[in-house]
Amino acid sequence: MVSLSAQNLACIRGGRLVFRHVSLRADTGEFVSIEGPNGAGKTSLLRMIAGFLKPQAGDVRIQSEDETISDAEERGKYIGWFAHQDAVKPQLSVLENLQFFAELYGVRGDVSAALETVGLARAASLPGQYLSAGQKKRLALARLVLAGRPLWLLDEPFAALDVAGRALAVSLIAEHCAAGGIALAATHEPLGLDGQRLSLAGA
Amino acid sequence: MSATALLVRDIRLAARAGGSMVLALAFFAAVATLVPFGVGADLALLARIAGGVLWVGAVLASLISLDRLFQADFEDGSLDLIALSPLSLETTAAAKIAAHWLTTGLPLTALSPLLALLFNLPPPAYQPLVVSLLLGTPCISALGSVGAALTMSVRRGGLILPLLVLPLLAPAVIFGAGAVLAALDGIASGALWLLAAFSLGAVLLSPFAAAAAVRLNLAG
Amino acid sequence: MFRYANPKRFMDLSGALLPWIASASALAFAAGLYLALAAPPDYLQGDSVRIMFVHVPAAWLAMMIYGLMALASLLSLVNRHPLADVAAKTAAPLGALFTALALVTGSLWGRPMWGAWWVWDGRLTSFLLMLFLYLGYIALWNAIEDETRAARATAVLALVGVVNLPIIEFSVDWWTTLHQGESIFRKGGPTISAVFLWPLFLLAIAYTALFFALWLVRIRTEILNRRARAMLMNSSEAA
Repeated sequence: MVSLSAQNLACIRGGRLVFRHVSLRADTGEFVSIEGPNGAGKTSLLRMIAGFLKPQAGDVRIQSEDETISDAEERGKYIGWFAHQDAVKPQLSVLENLQFFAELYGVRGDVSAALETVGLARAASLPGQYLSAGQKKRLALARLVLAGRPLWLLDEPFAALDVAGRALAVSLIAEHCAAGGIALAATHEPLGLDGQRLSLAGA
Repeated sequence: MSATALLVRDIRLAARAGGSMVLALAFFAAVATLVPFGVGADLALLARIAGGVLWVGAVLASLISLDRLFQADFEDGSLDLIALSPLSLETTAAAKIAAHWLTTGLPLTALSPLLALLFNLPPPAYQPLVVSLLLGTPCISALGSVGAALTMSVRRGGLILPLLVLPLLAPAVIFGAGAVLAALDGIASGALWLLAAFSLGAVLLSPFAAAAAVRLNLAG
Repeated sequence: MFRYANPKRFMDLSGALLPWIASASALAFAAGLYLALAAPPDYLQGDSVRIMFVHVPAAWLAMMIYGLMALASLLSLVNRHPLADVAAKTAAPLGALFTALALVTGSLWGRPMWGAWWVWDGRLTSFLLMLFLYLGYIALWNAIEDETRAARATAVLALVGVVNLPIIEFSVDWWTTLHQGESIFRKGGPTISAVFLWPLFLLAIAYTALFFALWLVRIRTEILNRRARAMLMNSSEAA
């Protein structure tokens, strides 16, 4: 059970103010959709929460049962990351790709079951380079589920996914929240999930 | 363990078809082969310059695969995921340095006696050649990783990387090739000790500089 | 939002200091060059010893500027002060220039001594490697588009460079003693008599003041540039 709070965040990129006075709070089980036009800073906000980007002002805290963390790099262990780039190595097979991250993250989950969940079980031995963009996204979803992190940060989760893929993404996010996780999704189209809406208007 | 997972993956990527390991070896051999065409096939001269040529060749061959050390993971998003893993960025850099060395520096060292044969290197100089490369190639990977981390966001980073890294590697070439020359002249030079010290320092400190460079690039 | 480039106090202070530093440089140049030309020819090197007066201060500045650049880089990484970024960035081309000057004058000086333009003298070789460090630094600045990222990356590079420079110098010295004979650029330079010492001292001051004057001008220009860009960006957004 975790909760996330961001206070009064400001972001400056290349000398330009992208957003300021952005605050949000998400408790266990909540879904937040982050909306806004291109350049409003949706990705920057996600990168800020993930701890990659240092906010110009404000702070981000993650609270779990036994600790409160504000340090950017310590936050990393709570975060499940699903970005534009799919991080699939073309030279490695689907299974190897996923196994690597399972070992890197030190999780003992069932890799084959995760592939089954996202419908890639039959492609397990296929090298990454033969996957379509949508299949790579499915692999990224499998990785997200397998990592088992409580706070999911998703950047345009629908990108490159077909109808079935979108339904899969939505159901995985819903399951994750139902199990007590938090999910933040930057999106320009509604995902069809109930939850908070944070609108970045652009500065 | 997480670090092993990264190490094994990087080695696997370098060793697979089209990976950097075979390319670095082929490049090394090609550079060494080209030199006699340039300076003539005078065996005495070739024996004299063998250590220097092989050292310079090893540095250049290591450099050609360095620009992708972080860039590949940076571009496809893997680096974000690695940064969120339990692995610290310093350990990440160290694992990548180790993988690079195991797939370039070490095979290059193993190939060097064969190329030295083509240069008519006298027998007493073989041992210092191999030992110097064994001691010195880790610092190529280490200092190179700093350059690779600094240039990962630059589209043609491979063009800048040598300019950043080569001057820093001058001491390694000086001590490494110096050890071979000293052996030819029968002088006790202490070059291998100096090389070992330089290499050790580079291997110990570079992961921190590389991690700092990764951090600033992830913030981009 | 102009927090990024608005060190107003620096602009005021540097604007007031600049004429003084520039005049000090001009005066020291005039006096130093006069004494340098008035000094008697060296009994060994003849008139070519006068090259020393332009070479040694350039070499001294080449090293000092790298040190200052590394210091500014450290401040930029630790304190994240934008002025430190600008200071480091603008020092690099000046450092490269003085290094190049030291190399050219060193080569000219060595020519009558050695009978060759370049003999891989230890001191000069170190400066050649330093020139590459400067060029790499400048190239990295230019290659990274994002200004903040470029500042941080070059700062890391400058610090790695400053740790390495003494080692490079040591290794080059070691290398020359292994293969080469004596150098006219011995440690501490050739022994210097008092007639040469004064002009050398004055020219060292002149060079140093010249560098600081140029540095301030470059820093000011960079700050004004960034301000202008920020204003432009704002007005385009307002439109």
